Amino acid sequence: MTDRTTPPPRAAIDRAGRWVDRAFRIQATALYLFLYVPIALVVLFSFNAGNRTGELRGLSLRWYQVAVEDPFAMGALQNSFVVGAWTAVIATTLGTLAALALQRTPRRIRAVFEAITYVAIIIPGIVIGIATLIFFVNAFAWINPQLAGIWAAIGAGAPPTIGTGLHTIIAAHVLFTMAIVIVLVRARLAGMDRSLTEASFDLFASPLRTFVQVTLPQLRPAIITGALLAFTFSFDDYVIASFVAGPGKPTLPMYVFSSIRRGITPEINAIAAMVLTVTVTLLVIVSLIYRRSSRIAAAQRAAATADAAAGTS
Amino acid sequence: MPSPPDSTSRDVSADVELIDVTKRFGSVTAVDHVALQIERGSFYSLLGPSGCGKTTTLRMIAGFEQPTSGEILIAGVPVAGVPPYRRNVNTVFQHYALFPHMDVARNVGYGLRQVGVTRDEEQRRVGEALDLVRLSGYDRRRTWELSGGQQQRVALARALVNRPTVLLLDEPLGALDLKLRKEMQLELKGLQQELGITFVYVTHDQDEALTMSDVIVVMRDGRVQQQGSPEALYERPVNRFVAGFIGQSNTIAGRLSGLDLDGGMASVETPTGLVLNGRITDHGARPSIGDEAIVAIRPERLEIAPGTPSPTAGWTSVAGRIHQETYLGDQTEYRLATDLGQLVARRAHHGHAETTTVRSGESISVRWPDDANLVLVA
Repeated sequence: MTDRTTPPPRAAIDRAGRWVDRAFRIQATALYLFLYVPIALVVLFSFNAGNRTGELRGLSLRWYQVAVEDPFAMGALQNSFVVGAWTAVIATTLGTLAALALQRTPRRIRAVFEAITYVAIIIPGIVIGIATLIFFVNAFAWINPQLAGIWAAIGAGAPPTIGTGLHTIIAAHVLFTMAIVIVLVRARLAGMDRSLTEASFDLFASPLRTFVQVTLPQLRPAIITGALLAFTFSFDDYVIASFVAGPGKPTLPMYVFSSIRRGITPEINAIAAMVLTVTVTLLVIVSLIYRRSSRIAAAQRAAATADAAAGTS
Repeated sequence: MPSPPDSTSRDVSADVELIDVTKRFGSVTAVDHVALQIERGSFYSLLGPSGCGKTTTLRMIAGFEQPTSGEILIAGVPVAGVPPYRRNVNTVFQHYALFPHMDVARNVGYGLRQVGVTRDEEQRRVGEALDLVRLSGYDRRRTWELSGGQQQRVALARALVNRPTVLLLDEPLGALDLKLRKEMQLELKGLQQELGITFVYVTHDQDEALTMSDVIVVMRDGRVQQQGSPEALYERPVNRFVAGFIGQSNTIAGRLSGLDLDGGMASVETPTGLVLNGRITDHGARPSIGDEAIVAIRPERLEIAPGTPSPTAGWTSVAGRIHQETYLGDQTEYRLATDLGQLVARRAHHGHAETTTVRSGESISVRWPDDANLVLVA
């Protein structure tokens, strides 16, 4: 019989292996270039000293100054910060409370609400935009006549009317960022050692004190992460904001988009670079918080199990 | 804070009393009509296999679970409905449950801060507690940087610093390696004697219970099988479960052929026709002639000699062969094939070289005195 199991020479395997390695490395490099070159170009061209976006004529901060001095851009930036900050605060508060409530809910009901939470994250922004706009329009069409009626009844002069504006953007943003906070806090709660709460009870702390002194500090990384992510998503959102924004109060992404229709100027690049800086900074903070808390958790687990592994029971 | 015992308290010598306590989880009865009197200042162990109800019993004393029926008294006061944070008992948890976001001193002082002692007193008592568990100087360390043994001591200090009436310990040494566990056993026992606090200790490790306890309660399937001193449990186990769980036993099955209930004596006839005389350990039992019974004999009571058995009054002798011999350092264990089935004998070495002439495969006679026979009717 012929010996078909004779392995190919060692050198051939090594050569083939090197080729596979090289191919993967090239593919990975190409992928990352495709992802990040356009972004790098935006940042690079934001330092353009020339007047046109297409050609780089030396580096300067000229367009940053133009952007900072542009009252419309700065107004939009301020709107974005206001919307992002309120979204973060409201979404984090409501989301954390919802997560805590879910923890105490019977399992079957909890499963339903968890599914709904995930759906809120998955639903496309455009659907949220349309749905919330229709809702607001109908709600205001009902509320405003009521207000008018009340004001007329008490004779208080011109009735106030509620319309779209930054508050409607905030409401729509809270809708889906809250779901993210719920998921984050729920995960942290589920991973929390129940005996910590019991230890606190055992050491004379009432349920309220236990919540403040033990539960909340345990949830802090998830809550901060949730707030930062909520801010980031709100700050970046164009689609939902463009549906529910009020007249004359654009967010920064809306301002950028409308400017582009008049042609891309290096000023837009400068604004984009600034937005990018804010977003990346926040995401880096998020990942640092997560790295730290998971490192601590790993250390705790290691300490708790190392001795158990060495035990002979 | 828990209220001090008032004048209506019933029995001041018992720190914890369980009166006919039952706990059901759905259709599962975890604790079944348990009655315990845990005396002040004693080291009390709840011993049993997992699922025997020992941890549930502890959790009911701590207040994490409420009994389905029955009553629990702490320092003579009924505690039904009293939440854990108003009971003057503290717990050392199985996996320590130290607060990861606080350093060692903050962990130990947690209970003191809840009851509003001054900052100075907190500092002083935390220092004392850390001294007690030999962790002085570890105040500012993060708990998760400590070894398992050190975390264990922090958990102990965190409980003891509150000077509880009763300290509850839920398998606190379960996660430690054998050597550290032996050390901590002695240390815990020493601490308990020094402080005079009542310890209620849950464990599934019979050696641990024997080493430390004043009283051991053996539990199985939610019921108390037997309670008593380590000696009493070892010398006079009341049933087959306790005889098997506390130490090792040779068991020989048979039927009761003679009874002297007043004298607490019985005779058991084995299927081979041999009659063994011994004590009935369960004084409450009311067996009758012909009932099935077990005779339990501790391995160290068996004597081995070369040659054939010669009958002696007051002794049982059977012929056999050494099947296996295991050297255990301080003693040697022999597995014997005899007319009564396999028996295990143990002989302690007394420092000098063994003079025994018995070897594996050799024919020998095994004998033991009648007072080694424990007649178990349940």
